[in-house]
Parts: sequence; structure tokens; C-alpha cells
Amino acid sequence: MVKPKRIHIKKNYCIGCRLCEVYCITQHSKSKDIIKAYRGKEVKPESGIFFEEKGSISFAIQCRHCDEAPCIEACITGAMYRDQHTGRVLHNREKCVGCWMCIMVCSLGVIKMDQREKKAISKCDLCVDREFPACVEHCPNEAICLVDSDGRKITEE
Amino acid sequence: MTYEQLKNLEKTSRISCGCGISGIVNRNGNAFSGELIISSICMMRERGNGLGAGYAGYGIYPEFQDRWCFHIMYDQPREKENVEGFLETRFNIIQQEPIPIKKIKSLSFVPVLYRYFLVIKDEFSDGLISEEDFILETVMSINRQFNNASVFSSGKNMGIFKGVGDPDEMAEFYRISDYKGYIWLAHNRFPTNTVGWWGGAHPFGILDWSCVHNGEISSYGINRRYLENAGYYCTFYTDTEVITYLFNLLCRKHGLDLEISGYVLASPFWSKIEKEEDPGKQGLLKTLRIVYASALINGPFAVVVANSDTVVGLNDRLKLRPLVAASDSDFVYVASEESAIRKICARPEKVWMPEAGEPIVVKVNNKRR
Amino acid sequence: MAKPKAISEFIIERDMEKCIKCQACVRVCANDVHIWDGESGETISRDIKCVGCHFCEELCPTGALRIKRNPSETRENAHWKKGYIYGITRQANSGGIILTGMGSDRPHKNYFDCLLLNAAQVTNPSIDPLREPMELKTFIGGKQDKITVEKLDSGGWSVKEKIQGLLELEIPIMFSAMSFGSISLNACKALAEAAKVSKIYWNTGEGGMHQSLYPYADRAIVQIASGRFGVNVDYLNNAAAVEIKIGQGAKPGIGGHLPGEKVSEEISLTRMIPEGSDAISPAPHHDIYSIEDLKQLIYAIKEATGYKKPVGVKISAVNNVAPIASGIVRAGADFITIDGIRGGTGAAPVAIRDSVGIPIEIAIAVVDQRLREERIRNRISLVAAGGFRTSADVIKAIALGADAVYIGTAALISLGCHVCQKCYTGKCNWGIATQDPYLTKRLNPEIGAKRLVNLLRAWTFEIKEMLGGMGINAIESLRGNREQLRGISLNEMELKILGVKHAGEAW
Repeated sequence: MVKPKRIHIKKNYCIGCRLCEVYCITQHSKSKDIIKAYRGKEVKPESGIFFEEKGSISFAIQCRHCDEAPCIEACITGAMYRDQHTGRVLHNREKCVGCWMCIMVCSLGVIKMDQREKKAISKCDLCVDREFPACVEHCPNEAICLVDSDGRKITEE
Repeated sequence: MTYEQLKNLEKTSRISCGCGISGIVNRNGNAFSGELIISSICMMRERGNGLGAGYAGYGIYPEFQDRWCFHIMYDQPREKENVEGFLETRFNIIQQEPIPIKKIKSLSFVPVLYRYFLVIKDEFSDGLISEEDFILETVMSINRQFNNASVFSSGKNMGIFKGVGDPDEMAEFYRISDYKGYIWLAHNRFPTNTVGWWGGAHPFGILDWSCVHNGEISSYGINRRYLENAGYYCTFYTDTEVITYLFNLLCRKHGLDLEISGYVLASPFWSKIEKEEDPGKQGLLKTLRIVYASALINGPFAVVVANSDTVVGLNDRLKLRPLVAASDSDFVYVASEESAIRKICARPEKVWMPEAGEPIVVKVNNKRR
Repeated sequence: MAKPKAISEFIIERDMEKCIKCQACVRVCANDVHIWDGESGETISRDIKCVGCHFCEELCPTGALRIKRNPSETRENAHWKKGYIYGITRQANSGGIILTGMGSDRPHKNYFDCLLLNAAQVTNPSIDPLREPMELKTFIGGKQDKITVEKLDSGGWSVKEKIQGLLELEIPIMFSAMSFGSISLNACKALAEAAKVSKIYWNTGEGGMHQSLYPYADRAIVQIASGRFGVNVDYLNNAAAVEIKIGQGAKPGIGGHLPGEKVSEEISLTRMIPEGSDAISPAPHHDIYSIEDLKQLIYAIKEATGYKKPVGVKISAVNNVAPIASGIVRAGADFITIDGIRGGTGAAPVAIRDSVGIPIEIAIAVVDQRLREERIRNRISLVAAGGFRTSADVIKAIALGADAVYIGTAALISLGCHVCQKCYTGKCNWGIATQDPYLTKRLNPEIGAKRLVNLLRAWTFEIKEMLGGMGINAIESLRGNREQLRGISLNEMELKILGVKHAGEAW
């Protein structure tokens, strides 16, 4: 199995701005433009990254693209699948029937119901059409970074 | 501008110049005619523009070899009385006479030129300062106090002859070919400004040190401050003065030998010091650079410095001015151009280009006494 | 009026077309300027609380915010400027000293801006730093005036005097003293890491050294200030050098005060004081009332550290800085740090910050000249501090006579500081001048260190270009070389004090 690149979270540096959520939404919107996505007529997608905080500690978490993904196991239609090339756990909207078994089995709670199409779900896809996921690129304090399968940080250089 | 105006300008400001330099030394101390050095420097006529030239010879006064010899130029004849009065308070004047010259039509202004053979008076010779420091202090005093006089040579059994003119004019004027010496230096000047003052020409000398120099020092500001704090006042505002004083300070007062002084003035780069294999030499080079940081000379230069028993040729760390050396039997030649050497020695045994920052040191054996 | 309302210094302009109501600004402002009104569904900004730090403006994803100076003006008055009027109003309200942070912002004459540098042309070639070595290596510490060289039988040489106890810097720049307490631990970590990578030194300031910074102790200059915070045997023995802090440029003659609320557990452990107690640094060291007392302390530290490290003294630039420096040299110091009137601080009374002390340019010039006249210049290294803004300022300071410079404000600006001068509130949005964990996590030390290294690298290139332009390839040939400077807009006295000729004068 090809191991996917992973997101590494550094809770010590999360400043609690929640801009990761803003950029995830923007990236997955139709227009991919932040002002149009938020102020325009289209319905915004859900964010695939979720902010958590307690006291002065905070961080944002998304799908971990687990090696043994319970969501893939639980999916009755095969809509939840692993992409052979990148190793990512992706979701096929066409096949999804909205049974929400995946949401129930995910121990991290990083799969959510999609408000746009009542049957499909929304989940981090590691930004399939970008080199760097939107949250990694835009986190102002590098609290979210991309690492390769050996755990080494991947940087723009 | 009048002579006075030109002198005052040159005395208060530095004038950049390009130059030609040459030096000849006989390793066994055998004296040879000044003809050789004249030929050599005149070969490089194009390196000057007729506004300055000079010669320094060692071993030229064998009959007065233990006497201090001052060459003094007077811009105004009446200053002579004042200076002689000052000298009489400190010295017994064994002999004083005009420096033998030949009148040349092309020289516009000629100062009054005198030489004095001196012995320090007893009451000053057992003092707290050494003989050399006393002479140094005397020369500095005269040059600072008397506006119309300059001591331009102050060694034993050596003399500097210089002025505003071509090297052949100066050679003829001072009758250089009449003298014999075992070390000769010569200089041909190309100043960027109009100059008239004879004191500004080169070589520059103090005690038995003389120096000919081609270059311009970017570190002049700090070198001069360092020297002033060590008691050397730079009254001539030339780079050559600074180099001469630095050699004097390091060798005479700090007891460093000439080769090491060369390493102070043209220190190798740190990257080269780090690669030095001999730990003793590495430690020495590092220490010299740290302790003598203010004596490092930056900027292009090629110098030939002499005292009674040594001649040193040195280039700056990047070799931005030319310097060629050659040796043949007991003669060693250093000059700005190879042609200046081949003119007087057609086929020397060895010819080479000294490395940037590596001094050539020639010691004279059996110095004639 | 019994209760006049305070006037905002800044106003916030929010472009409603661009604001996407993400509430990032609401969440991050430590001064609670922006709030979210759930009822109206709008973000509201309260100008009066804004300090002008620009954190929200730079964070806003759509650039919807603009922070501006409040245009509300008093009538033009060259003498009674707005600041003076409001200063008195505040003091009438509170009866207290007005505090401020960072260095003096008054328009004192800036001598760096009146000094110009030379370049070599025609008679002397300029040097290209990309092709030739350009050496900036600097040694801090006391040096001999001369050495004895012995020729060995083997033909080599050996030097009798051993040079030791010097700090070796790749470039003549170090990080100024900023204590853990005045700045956050993350900021300290960024400085320490950058100093290690760039092969220079950082300074602990008077707050002691936190445990997590001990791996960087070999590049640390530790301070012994009047409060003696954090001074123990490990502190001294692990450091590269020791600096006795007599004064600092921002507040000459007075001490310091870190309020008890800011003395957290970490600070209490590092400073060796009880948690929650005020950390007061008294005005003088109460064991240094005269020059001989200083000599005693210097030698006590040298004994304690085995004479292996340089021991220096930091003073403010004051009227008599030249004789004071001369005395310090004779008291046995290995380096002297002089902090000019533009030096920064976490907290100081405005009146003292802006009116006490003299500019560093003048201080360096007179101290260097005096020490050379007394022939003791080689015994110490001179480190200049106080408001260096660019590499040109650094090079000018060296030409005037400094061996190296300390940068403080410039380093903090690299980390994000916008010089809002509110450090004393402890609410630094950039995570620098604060101990609040909500705020300190904003300073990612890895990013911080990278930015500092970038700044140093950029300045190094610029310095090399300027040096090469002058025809110099080793920094020691520029040190004290005032011939390479010329002055403009300076009167005769100023030129004389700086030891510099006027532009247009040749050699």
C-alpha cells in the first residue's frame, strides 16, 4: 500500500485563528475565491478540518487517512475508498447513499454530514488538486505541516 | 599656484598616485654604483609623469658610517639658521655641507639642500630613551615645528635623495652615479594632483628605514590612528610614511622580525590560516591578526622597504599592484616590472612573481663596517 | 469635565465588502479590540483599545482591515504637540508615571543619517565580494599590545603569550540583552537558535537562563545585573562570556521592575525568586558604588570562571561616557558595551527614555578616541548598542570605532514586532513581550530563528558589498577608520566630536 503524505499537527504553535477552516472551505468551494465563497450566492461547503481548544491549548484536526481505515470497512457501497496512487482515503459522492456508518465508526470524529447534498459526507481529502493542502499553506504559524511517509517535513523548498 | 601653496596643499592632504618602484641589493654587502638603479627606474619612465622621483642608497657614506646623517631641505634659506640652532642644542655637528648637486635647467624650483653628520650630545645619550627614539623624536619635532624645513633622511651611512622631476633629472641633479652603495631603492611618481613640494616625493625614510611604494591604502585612517597612539606622527600624509612607520614600530619597538612584520601588514585570509598545517605557524598567524588588527594594510600595494641589513618586498593580500623579483649571483632585484630588472641584468638566474601577501626578505651578510 | 473620555490613538477601518466574518480578528486580539455581535451578525471594532500592533491586519485573510492613526488633531502647535497635551491629561487622571516600551521615538538628530560612506574609484579598485574573500570575522575580548615570538630550532615559530578567552564571531553583530521575563521563552529560543546557526552570540539579559536554553549556553553572554537574578555557578560556568550590567540606554540611572503578576512559575525558577513576587532591579548595584568596587566584582567573576571567559561591563551612553569607559578598562574588563539613547526596553518611564542619555554614534566616537589616546584601546573590545536599523548603520558604527554591534529592536522586528511600544502591558499580540500562554504560542521559535538568520544573512551580504566598495576586504581595516566616512548636515563641533571630515573634503 502506498503510504499517503500526512498532516502533522503542532499544538504548541496553533494560535486559534481558525483560518485553516476558512481556507479549507475556500479550497473546496466552486469559485475557490475566498470573498465569493463567503459572501457570494453559492452555498459554502463544510470545512474538512476542525478546530478544538481547551484553555490556552488549541489545534485543528482532520482526517488522518489511517492505514487501517474503519470508515472504508464500514462503507456499504464502497464510496469510501483508498486511492492507489497517493494512499489517501477519498470519498466518491456518486456512490454514497448517506447511511452515515462512516461517521459513526470514525473514532476521531473528523467526518461530518454535508449540508449541501444531504446524502454525502464531507471529509479532508488532502486537497487532491494542490501540491500543498490549503490548511498547511495558509496556517500563519506553521502549526500544521505536511510530512512524508517517513515523517520528514515537506517544505516548499 | 606658488610653491608655498602647493606645499601647504600637499602637507595637509593626501594625494593618490600610481608609481614605479625598484630595488637592488647585494647580498654580500659589496657596494655598486648608483648607475644601475638609475637605469632600472628610468626604464619605467611611463609609470611616472615627471612630478616626483627619488633614490635611497645604503653604504654611501663609508667615512661617516657611525654618524647620524640628516638630509634637510629648506624652502626658505633663513629657516636654515633656526633649524641649525635647534640641532646644536642636541648634537655635536661633525660636518655640515650642501648636498652636492648639478644645476639642471628644467627644474623650476629647487630648495636649499644640506646634509649634516651628527653625534648625539652626552647629556642626551644616557637618557631614558634609546638613541633611535631620540632621533625619531628630533625628526618629528623639526618637521612639525619648522614649516619651511623637512628632514627627509635620518639614518647612518645611508641617504635619501628626492624631488619634483623625472627620475633621470633627479639622478643627474643629485649626482647619484657618483655614489656607491650595497642597497639602492628608487621611485618614480605619478600623482593625480599637481604637486610642487619636494618633501612629498618618495622614497620616504625614518632612521635607517626607507620605503618605496606603489599603491593606495584603504585602511589609512585606522593605520594612522594606531601609529599616532604609538608616538609616530604622520606629518607627510602619505601612505608610504604609514608603511615605513609600521615596519619601524613592529621591528624596532616590538622586536618582530621582518618576515613576521610582513605577515602583520599583509595577513593571509582566515580560510588560508585555517588550512595551515603547521600548528605553530597557524597559532602565530592567528595571534598576529588578532593583536595587530589595526596594523593590517588594506588596499592595493607593492612596497620595497630597506634598512641597513635587510630588504623586504611585499604585495597586498590580493596582489593588486605588480611586483617582480629576480636573483643573479649575489644580487637580488625587486621591481614593478620585469623590464626594469632585465635592463640591468639581461639573464638573471631566477625570476619570479612573489605571491600575494608573502614577503620576500633579503638579508645582507658581511655588512660593510 | 470630571471624567473626560480618553482619545483613541488609532482607528480601525474595516472594508465591509471584504470582511467575511471569519472572526479571526476577534479571536486573536489580546486587547479585545474586535468583538462579535451575534444579534446583528457583525464584527465590531473598539478603536480606543487598539495599540497599533497590526496583528489583526496582517492576519486577516482578505485584507479587510486597515489600522490608521486617529486623524483627530489638536490645533497646530510646534511646542504643545498632541502627545504632550495627552500626556498631561493622563497624568492628571492617574497621578502616575507614564510608561512606555521600546526605544526613544523622539526626533533627536540621527547621526547615522548624517554620515556617508566612501567608495574606491580609479586610484584604488573596489573589490567584488562574490569573487574575492571578504572577511568579517571579529574577536571580542582583551588583547595584548605586542607579543613575543620565538624562533624554534626546527625553523618554525612559537608565540609566548597565549591568546585565550576571546569570543569568535563570524560577523560583527550579536543579539542584544533581552531578559526572559521581558520577552517570552519562545522569543529567547528563536534568538538562541539563530545565534547558534549564524555563529554569533545571544545575551540572556538580566533574567537568568531558563533550563531549556542551556543547550545554547555555549553561545550565550550572561548578564549580572543589579538584581542578580538567576546568577548561580552553572549560569556562569556554562556561558561563553559574562556581562555586568550597570545601565541600559533606554533608562540610564534607574533600575527595572517586573510586576509580580508576570512572575510565573517558569520565571520564578529561572530568576530564583518566589512566584508572584515583584522582581525589582535596583538602580545601582548595591555593591558597586565606585570604580574600585567594580574592579572587585570583575575579578571575583574572573576567579569564579577560572579566567577563561571574557568579562565585560554594559553602560548607558551618558555625558561622561569617555572617562567612565577609561576607568572600566583599567578595572580589568575585557569588553565594554555602550547602549545609546535609542536602546529599547520592555518598560521605562517616557520622560527618562526620551531625555536621558546620548546617541550611540557620539558615544562610540568619543570612547574610541579617548581609549586610543590613553593607549589602552587594545585591552578591550567595544560593543555598540542602541537602535541599529540597517546594515549601513552597523558599518558606520564600526567605522567610528566599534568592534561589534548588538541588535535588539531589529531582531524583535524580524520576529514580528511592529514597535507599538506597549510591551509593558504584557499583551503583545506577536507573542514576544508577553508570558501569556495564549499569546506566546504565536511565536513559533523555528520560524523565528529562520527569520533572524535571514536578517543576518541579508545584512552580511550588504556589509560585504559596502566593504568591497571601499576597497577593503577585512573588517579590521574599517574599524576606527574614519577616513571612510564623511558628514553632511553636521556643524563643526559635531564633525570634530565624531572625528569625521565634511563631505567634499578629500584626504
